[in-house]
Amino acid sequence: MKAFLILEDGTVFSGTSIGSTRDMISEIVFNTSMTGYLEVLTDPSYAGQAVVMTYPLIGNYGITPDMESKKAWPDGYIVRELSRIPSNFRCEGTIQDFLKEQDIPGIAGVDTRALTKLLREKGTMNGMITTNESFDLEEILPKLRAYEVGDVVSEVTCKEVSVQKGDGPKVALMDFGAKNNIIRSLHKRGCEVTVYPADTPAEVIINSNPDGIMLSNGPGDPASLTTIIQEIKQLYNSDIPIFAICLGHQLMALANGAKTYKLKYGHRGGNHPVKDLSNGRVYISSQNHGYAVDASTMDPAIAKEAFINVNDGTNEGLVYEGKKIFTVQFHPEACPGPQDSGYLFDRFMDMMKGA
Amino acid sequence: MPRNKEIKKVLVIGSGPIVIGQAAEFDYAGTQACRSLKEEGIEVVLLNSNPATIMTDKDIADRVYIEPLTAEVVEQLILKERPDSVLPTLGGQAALNLAMELEESGFLKRNNVRLIGTTSETIKKAEDRLEFKTTMEKIGEPCAASLVVENVEDGLRFAEKIGYPVVLRPAYTLGGSGGGIAHDRGQMIEILENGLRLSRVGQVLVERCIAGWKEIEYEVMRDSKGNCITVCNMENIDPVGVHTGDSIVVAPSQTLGDKEYQMLRTSALNIISELNITGGCNVQYALHPETFEYCVIEVNPRVSRSSALASKATGYPIAKVAAKIALGYTLDEIKNAVTKKTYASFEPMLDYCVVKIPRLPFDKFISAKRTLTTQMKATGEVMSICDNFEGALMKAIRSLEQHVDSLMSYDFSHLKGEDLLEELKVVDDRRIWKIAEAIRQGISYEAIHEATKIDLWFIDKIAILVEMEQKLQNEPLNAETLKEAKRMEFPDTVIAGLTGNTERQIHDMRHEYGIRAAYKMVDTCAAEFAAETPYYYSVYGSENEVEQTSGKKKVLVLGSGPIRIGQGIEFDFCSVHCTWAFAKEGYETIIVNNNPETVSTDFDIADKLYFEPLTPEDVESIVDLEHPDGAVVQFGGQTAIKLTESLMKMGVPILGTSAENVDAAEDRELFDKILEECQIPRPTGGTVYTAEEAKEVANRLGYPVLVRPSYVLGGQGMQIAIGDHDIEEFIGIINRIAQDHPILVDKYLMGKEIEVDAVCDGTDILIPGIMEHIERAGIHSGDSISVYPAKSISEKTKKTIEEYTRRLARALHVIGLINIQFIVCGEEVYVIEVNPRSSRTVPYISKVTGIPIVPLASRVIMGHTIRELGYTPGLQPEAEYFAIKMPVFSFEKIRDADISLGPEMKSTGECLGIAKTFDEALYKAFLGAGIKLPKHKNMILTVRDEDKEEAVQIGRRFADIGYRIFATRGTARALENGGVKVIAVNKIEQESPNLMDLILGHKIDLVIDTPPQGADRAKDGFVIRRSAIETGVNVLTAIDTAEALITSLENTDIKKLTLIDIAEI
Repeated sequence: MKAFLILEDGTVFSGTSIGSTRDMISEIVFNTSMTGYLEVLTDPSYAGQAVVMTYPLIGNYGITPDMESKKAWPDGYIVRELSRIPSNFRCEGTIQDFLKEQDIPGIAGVDTRALTKLLREKGTMNGMITTNESFDLEEILPKLRAYEVGDVVSEVTCKEVSVQKGDGPKVALMDFGAKNNIIRSLHKRGCEVTVYPADTPAEVIINSNPDGIMLSNGPGDPASLTTIIQEIKQLYNSDIPIFAICLGHQLMALANGAKTYKLKYGHRGGNHPVKDLSNGRVYISSQNHGYAVDASTMDPAIAKEAFINVNDGTNEGLVYEGKKIFTVQFHPEACPGPQDSGYLFDRFMDMMKGA
Repeated sequence: MPRNKEIKKVLVIGSGPIVIGQAAEFDYAGTQACRSLKEEGIEVVLLNSNPATIMTDKDIADRVYIEPLTAEVVEQLILKERPDSVLPTLGGQAALNLAMELEESGFLKRNNVRLIGTTSETIKKAEDRLEFKTTMEKIGEPCAASLVVENVEDGLRFAEKIGYPVVLRPAYTLGGSGGGIAHDRGQMIEILENGLRLSRVGQVLVERCIAGWKEIEYEVMRDSKGNCITVCNMENIDPVGVHTGDSIVVAPSQTLGDKEYQMLRTSALNIISELNITGGCNVQYALHPETFEYCVIEVNPRVSRSSALASKATGYPIAKVAAKIALGYTLDEIKNAVTKKTYASFEPMLDYCVVKIPRLPFDKFISAKRTLTTQMKATGEVMSICDNFEGALMKAIRSLEQHVDSLMSYDFSHLKGEDLLEELKVVDDRRIWKIAEAIRQGISYEAIHEATKIDLWFIDKIAILVEMEQKLQNEPLNAETLKEAKRMEFPDTVIAGLTGNTERQIHDMRHEYGIRAAYKMVDTCAAEFAAETPYYYSVYGSENEVEQTSGKKKVLVLGSGPIRIGQGIEFDFCSVHCTWAFAKEGYETIIVNNNPETVSTDFDIADKLYFEPLTPEDVESIVDLEHPDGAVVQFGGQTAIKLTESLMKMGVPILGTSAENVDAAEDRELFDKILEECQIPRPTGGTVYTAEEAKEVANRLGYPVLVRPSYVLGGQGMQIAIGDHDIEEFIGIINRIAQDHPILVDKYLMGKEIEVDAVCDGTDILIPGIMEHIERAGIHSGDSISVYPAKSISEKTKKTIEEYTRRLARALHVIGLINIQFIVCGEEVYVIEVNPRSSRTVPYISKVTGIPIVPLASRVIMGHTIRELGYTPGLQPEAEYFAIKMPVFSFEKIRDADISLGPEMKSTGECLGIAKTFDEALYKAFLGAGIKLPKHKNMILTVRDEDKEEAVQIGRRFADIGYRIFATRGTARALENGGVKVIAVNKIEQESPNLMDLILGHKIDLVIDTPPQGADRAKDGFVIRRSAIETGVNVLTAIDTAEALITSLENTDIKKLTLIDIAEI
């Protein structure tokens, strides 16, 4: 069946329908990872967005147990080509079936490079995937322009508190859309991880007396999460060691008076170099963010820049003065992507042990 | 960290002559590195014995030494030039080994010279089998169960413990020389004995056989601060068991999930960090196809063939970055040269698929086994890029220039079912065609996988291509099918054949439906950032990205495709210099080529690079887009010349000598007419199409005769026939390959072979020099030792040669280069071959005469005259140096290849000996070619009857310098009669002790075996020659070469070589 991707600037790409055939409208973003399509599909940070994979051959190894959450989150999926057969010893099914089961509309056969260039030049745009061949642009474009990602954190966060037992430090994980590997990375190091819904009051967390608090990644515009930001300010004041990733990093910065802004087309992929300003070392990191912290708006008495992106100089991490708090924009938990910055979990462990 | 200011003068060591396992990729790496060093204001001293390379140009380095790569030469050079540092990681294994030798002897330390780019500890840890294993164990990286042995007994004991089959890998050899898989005790003894002898340190690794696992490679970079990145990973379609150089390779990996990908990536970073490498490194893995178990197979602590491939596959200039790291820079300080926005500390992301196919030399070595093993056999490779795997594979296939354009090009339909499956178990260069046949016969993917261990994903891709063939054949062709076939890169010719149309019809149909090639960029970042100096690949069904450019005149330079015997790196040298010359005159330059190992496919050589097959259709798509003002075909070897006619049909003016005149030189009848008009004699002969006609001509001329197809490369299919029987056999072989052109039969003249390259501007000619071959006519010019200036012909003959060259160049209206081969018998000069294009001798003769032939010819092509360019026409005064070009062979790599020399070219590379005297030049040339004598001072002499007289003289001279000569009866009798002391031995078919026992006794330095002419030559003495080569004994098959060698040996008292800076010539 034919399918179309319509962008808010009026550009139309045609291709073949994959997954669900229902219409969808979303923000279109691209990811440059060459492997890890399943991890991308199951990363809650993609809620409210449709993902373009720049690597043209997707689905080669099928669906494996490497899920980063229980389900697929993107609103839509845009690829050049889906593999006819998957081949891998752990393969449990095809990506075609997976997209259908998860009811994700998608389109294959798109010139994804041309699409990516467009998003790079014009910035992230909204778009629609439809199988309706007689679509009416006049009618659709205003709808596309009006689309807003909205409050997606409440959709992706867990509904109830859960605990992963462990003998080591007790970590309270604020789930704004946490990837499984954050929990696995802590648990692997012996932590007992208690996962809290995003709207859990700070008081509850502090009263549970954790050795450390972890603020997770998650989707959407951080500045819109005003209630959560207030709670995080209390966590900041608590003197409990805190480590934050991605959205968590942005929320902590906002809680301390800094500003965030939307990047032209974001950082999504597994090849972004980040520099640790404490020693000048560069690590290749996994990234997925459309917003960034404007480091110049942060009071240097509160926090200093700890990491920057080597490519564009944007902020990639902060270390808070006089506090056991450090936060990063990139994903040390990887999955997908390079594991080079996994040592940051060890740094968090040391911080908790020193407490 | 900014660069180390103490580094001011660096010695870069090249990799020497092109041999299998060490080819053009090191010219690419070395050239890039030298340019990168000079960019930093560093004085570069270059040492490489290979004159065909770009790196040995005075434009590339400040001081250039084309001298033998021996420890003595490097020592002497260091004392002469006093560099403060040596960079050994860009010249392959050869350079690395040399650096190790100097480090171990303490020479570098004594002379305050530092190794940059790596340390000797690192090299040892990575290269010494035992140290490597210990290091891997220390950091918990698994290696296959293995043991380093220094004798056969230990090897056998270990193999019996871990069980057969076992893999054998000799330490410190190139391209896995002497390695292999032993399935039983017998094979074990054979391979191990050989490997122990070939290893520089007498060590062989005996290892658990992991054949059938996935073979995955990572290219990693690391700087002195410890920052590391992976440039790219690659997956071999052929599982472990075949040398990666002989495997079909895809980048990035296709069948690995992120878990496997990151697991191996992390391992590679751990390894490069533990080895403390600063620069580039290649890590090869075997990955179990059904678990996460993996083994580290090998680490190369230097740039390699794989890193050249990775550079071209991603756009990440590994050698350039490695050179900067050697100077002290860190990755985050080095700009990404493609995007010019980002830095070298990132990982390239591909949004396309790359396929590499090796170019194997079995078309040259008809008798050789086509089986592929852990011993590399490929002479070169092609790379293709597409947005789908099927398309990349199809493009790579037709880039090979081996008469293949699809998966139907070899017919295996005679093999059925079980027989076919049995065949599939054997890995050879035609296996993908056999898989395609298996799919056509309906054999299941699982059965094919069981036999080949190739991943189902790749098998399915081959099946998709086969299904398209069937669809084209069985269904009416419509726009949709055509579009899909083109997306998979089916060439028009193949679609035409399958659908019963003509190529033109398909072409027109495509244009009617708007199905045209579009071009996408290789930009290192999957379009995330805008790129400044990208290169292009074609896809169908996508938007075109090439920007329409400038009001400048545009020139299209056609490259020479994969490196093969007969068409090597020298044509890349010519293409690159031509491009530079046009750029200097203000042209916009466009290169089309598909060889990832070369300088011409580096992204900053031409204004635009199209990484594409060199077929008429592929070139036409580029022409349709670029509308070049002209094309240059005379520098890209036969590959480019073959495109001349098609280019003219496309309306592209051929710059330089016109197509009709190229044809005239190749067309026998036209050419005979021209010779007649010019009053130039040539050996009498005729043009024939059948064996009957050939025999008639041969008998009329009288045997021996030379038989060859017209339009040949490197003398392919050329043979000397001494009787009717030979003619039948040769014509049979020639006709096995589709033959559109006639066959030439010429009287074979036994005389001196002379060669000239000349530039002609339509009026005047310029001959930089006359070269003379040491071997008499009958041996391909590429396999002959070539001496400049010619020393045994008279002034009068030189004048004749100059005059004939002038007449021919004018008669053929040559604009640009011409290469002519003559035979001189007494004072008579005959023309035997004319090529109105650049030749293999151009780089060498440019360097020794100091005349920049290619830039000169290019400017003549652009309309300048020789006089205008400041040169006096005619034969140039002789240089004050003798320069001897010595062919280098890779016979030990190709099982069952016949090594005897003849009209068909067999050498893979060359080296140069340059000196004030002939004797020293000759000595250097043999030294550079790696002929290390004497060891035991024992030799075997067995010659054909015609050579007996000369053999006596040569035997005497060997005896005089202390050689013990063993000879078969006939030769022994001749020597005895001539008063030379000789020990007669039995031929191999006779009882022991015979020749074979002597060779296998490892006490022989040299075998001189001149086989008789004719078809039987291949059989006679074949076993002796093969056995000798495979046990590392030097073998000469021409009496003239033997004479040259003894002359050289008589001069071994030349202790201190004079080193000559080519840049000063």
